[in-house]
Amino acid sequence: MKRFGPKIVLRGLDFEVHPGEFVALLGPNGAGKTTFLRILASLWSSTLGDVCVAGYRLPAQAVAVRARLGVVTHLPLLYGDLTAEENLRFYGRMYDVPNLGSRMDEVLEMVGLAPRRRDLVRTFSRGMQQRLAIGRAILHDPEVMLFDEPYTGLDQEACDMLDRLLRDVAGRGRTVVMTSHDLARVEELATRFDVLSRGAIVASTRREDLGKSNLLDFYRKALAG
Amino acid sequence: MQPQPKVLTVLIILSIVLFFGALGMVFLYAPLEAVMNYVQKIFYFHISNAWVGMLGFIVAAVTGTVYLVTKDLKWDIVELAAVEISLVFFFIAIVSGSIWAKPSWGTWWTWDARLTTAAILEMIYLACLLLRQGIEDPERRARFSAVYTLVGALSVPITFLSIRIWQTIHPAVIGAGSSGALGSFGMTPPMLNTMFFCLITFSVIFVTLLWYRIRLGQLAEQVAQLKIETLQ
Amino acid sequence: MQISSTAHRPPSAFLKAIGAIVWKDLAAELRSRELLSAMLVFALLVILIFNFAIELQPGLRSTVTPGVLWVTFAFAGTLGLNRSMAVEKDRGCLDGLLLAPVDRSAIYFGKALSNLAFMLIVEITVLPIYSVLYNINLFNVGLLLVILLGSVGYTAVGTLLSSMAVQTRTRDVLLPILLFPVILPVLLAAVKASSGFLGQLPMSEIWPWLNILMAYDVIFTAVAFMVYDYVLEE
Repeated sequence: MKRFGPKIVLRGLDFEVHPGEFVALLGPNGAGKTTFLRILASLWSSTLGDVCVAGYRLPAQAVAVRARLGVVTHLPLLYGDLTAEENLRFYGRMYDVPNLGSRMDEVLEMVGLAPRRRDLVRTFSRGMQQRLAIGRAILHDPEVMLFDEPYTGLDQEACDMLDRLLRDVAGRGRTVVMTSHDLARVEELATRFDVLSRGAIVASTRREDLGKSNLLDFYRKALAG
Repeated sequence: MQPQPKVLTVLIILSIVLFFGALGMVFLYAPLEAVMNYVQKIFYFHISNAWVGMLGFIVAAVTGTVYLVTKDLKWDIVELAAVEISLVFFFIAIVSGSIWAKPSWGTWWTWDARLTTAAILEMIYLACLLLRQGIEDPERRARFSAVYTLVGALSVPITFLSIRIWQTIHPAVIGAGSSGALGSFGMTPPMLNTMFFCLITFSVIFVTLLWYRIRLGQLAEQVAQLKIETLQ
Repeated sequence: MQISSTAHRPPSAFLKAIGAIVWKDLAAELRSRELLSAMLVFALLVILIFNFAIELQPGLRSTVTPGVLWVTFAFAGTLGLNRSMAVEKDRGCLDGLLLAPVDRSAIYFGKALSNLAFMLIVEITVLPIYSVLYNINLFNVGLLLVILLGSVGYTAVGTLLSSMAVQTRTRDVLLPILLFPVILPVLLAAVKASSGFLGQLPMSEIWPWLNILMAYDVIFTAVAFMVYDYVLEE
C-alpha cells in the first residue's frame, strides 16, 4: 500500500515475479504504475506491506537491492555536460563495477554508441540518450531490470533499436518488469501481462495463456471488469 | 472531531482568569519602580512572553525530532503549532522589549545577544513556515520542517554565544548595561511575586493556545482526508 | 561479472562513490563553466556595488574589508548551492544518484565537497582582485585559514538545506531564507577572525572565533550527515 498524505495510490498489491520472467505492467494513466515501479526501485518506500527484490527486503537491505537492480525511466538520468564515456564511468564508479574500462567498451558496443563515446550527451538525440541510459542500467550486470515507459518520445528507428536491445537484455536470463502504453511492442517482448487499474492489479495472464484473443482485447476486458 | 474536552474548557477559563489576575497584580499590586515608573511594568509581560517563546521553541525542536524517529504525523501537527505560537509570543516579546528600551536607554533597538538572537529566531520560524508552504506532500513537509527546526535549534545557542563573545569585546553598546542583567534590577519581593505570577499565567495561556492550535491542525487534516476521499 | 553478493558494500565503495560525485561535478563544471562564471561575476558585482554603497575610503577599508568579503561570499555561495542541486533535480539525475548502491550520506559528502571546491575556487579568485582594486594586501595565511573554515561550515549546512529547498516550489528564493539565519555564527566568527588576522591582532583575541568556527563545522557536518537520509528519501 502506498499513500501520499490522505491520497492512497496503491492498495493491496500482491505481486510476484519469478526469475527470468518479463512482465509487462499495463494500465491507464494514474493507475499507479510509476509509483509501483519506484517502490520496486527502492526510490520510494511503501506505506504498508513488504517489498522484496532479488531476495533482499526493502527498505532494510536497500543497498543490496540496488546493486542488483537496473532502472530505466523516461528520463535518461544522464549528465548532458559529460561525454557518453564519462557518464558511464561515473555510474561505473558509483556501482563499483570491476574492470570498468573493458566493461564500458562492451556496453557501448552493445547499445551501438561506440563511435560517439567522446561526444557530449547534450548533443545526442532522444533515442541515443535512451540507448545510453540502457547502457548505464546494464553496466553493473543487474539481475533485475525495471523499465518505466522507455519508448516515450522515441521515433520509429529508435523504437526498433530499443526493441532489439530489450530482447538482447531479456535474453540473458534477467528478470524484467516494464510499464508501457505501447501494447503492440510489449506483446512481442513480454512473457507475462499484468493490468494495473486504480492502484490494484485487476488481471494477469501469461503469454501462453493469451491464446487466440489478442492483448488489446485482454486489456480492454480487464479494465472494464 | 471530538467536542472540546473538559480540561480544555477549564484551561481557557483559567487562562482568562489568570490573565486578568496578572493585569491586576501588575498594575495594582506591584510597586512602582523607582526610576522607570509605569514603563517598567511592561517588563513583566516582556519576560513572560520571551520565556514562553523559549518554551515553544524547545517544544518545536523536540517534537520535530520525535517525528523523524516515529514518522507519526501527529507530532508534526504539534511542531507546527509550537512554531506558530512561539513566533507570535517572541514577536510580542521583541516589541515589548523595544517599547521598554526606548524610554530606558533612548533607543528602540540594541544589538545585544538576547534581542538579536530573538530576532534571528523569528527569522528561523518564518523561514520554517515558508518552507512548509512550498511543499505539497504532507509527509515530506513534516520531514523537512523537522530537519530545519533541528538545524535551527542547534544553531541558535551557538549564535547566542557568538554574539555574547562579540559583545564582551565591544563593551557596553548601550550605557546602562544589556537587558540581560535581570538580577541587577534588584526586584523587591512583591515584584518577584508578580513576575512569577505572570510567568505562570503566560505558560497556561501557551498551553491553551497550543492545544487549540493542535485541534485546528487535526481538523484541517481531517478535512483534507475527506476531500480526497470524496473526489476519488 | 558478478559483484560481491554480500548485503553490505565494502567501505572503499563509499569513498569511491564520494570521489565519483566530486569528479563528476568538477568535470561537468569544467566543460560548461556555467556555475563558476555565474558565481564569479556575481561576486565581483557585489564588490563593485559595495564600493559605491559603503564609501571604501582608504582609512575605512581595513575595517570594512572582512565584512564586505564575507557578505559577498555568502551571497555568491547561494548561487552555487542552488545550481549544484538544481542540476541533479532537473534532469532527474537525482534518481540516478539515489539508485546507486551506496549509503545516502555518500551523496551528501560528494555534493558538499564539490560545493566546497566551487566556493573555494571563487574565493581564491576574488581575493587577488579585491586586493588590486582596493590596494589591500590580502595574502595572509590566517585569512586563508578562516576562509577555509568558514566555507566548510557554510557548505556543510548549505548542502543540506539546498537539498531541501530544491524540492520545493519556491526553490531559489527559499535557500537564502533558510540558510542565512542558521549560518550567522559562521559569518560573525569568520568576519571577526578575518579582521583579527588582517589587523594583526594577538592570537589570544582570534582564538575564540576560530574555536566557534571549528565547533560549528564539526557539529553541523555531523548533524547534516546524520539527517541527510530524511531529506532524500520518500
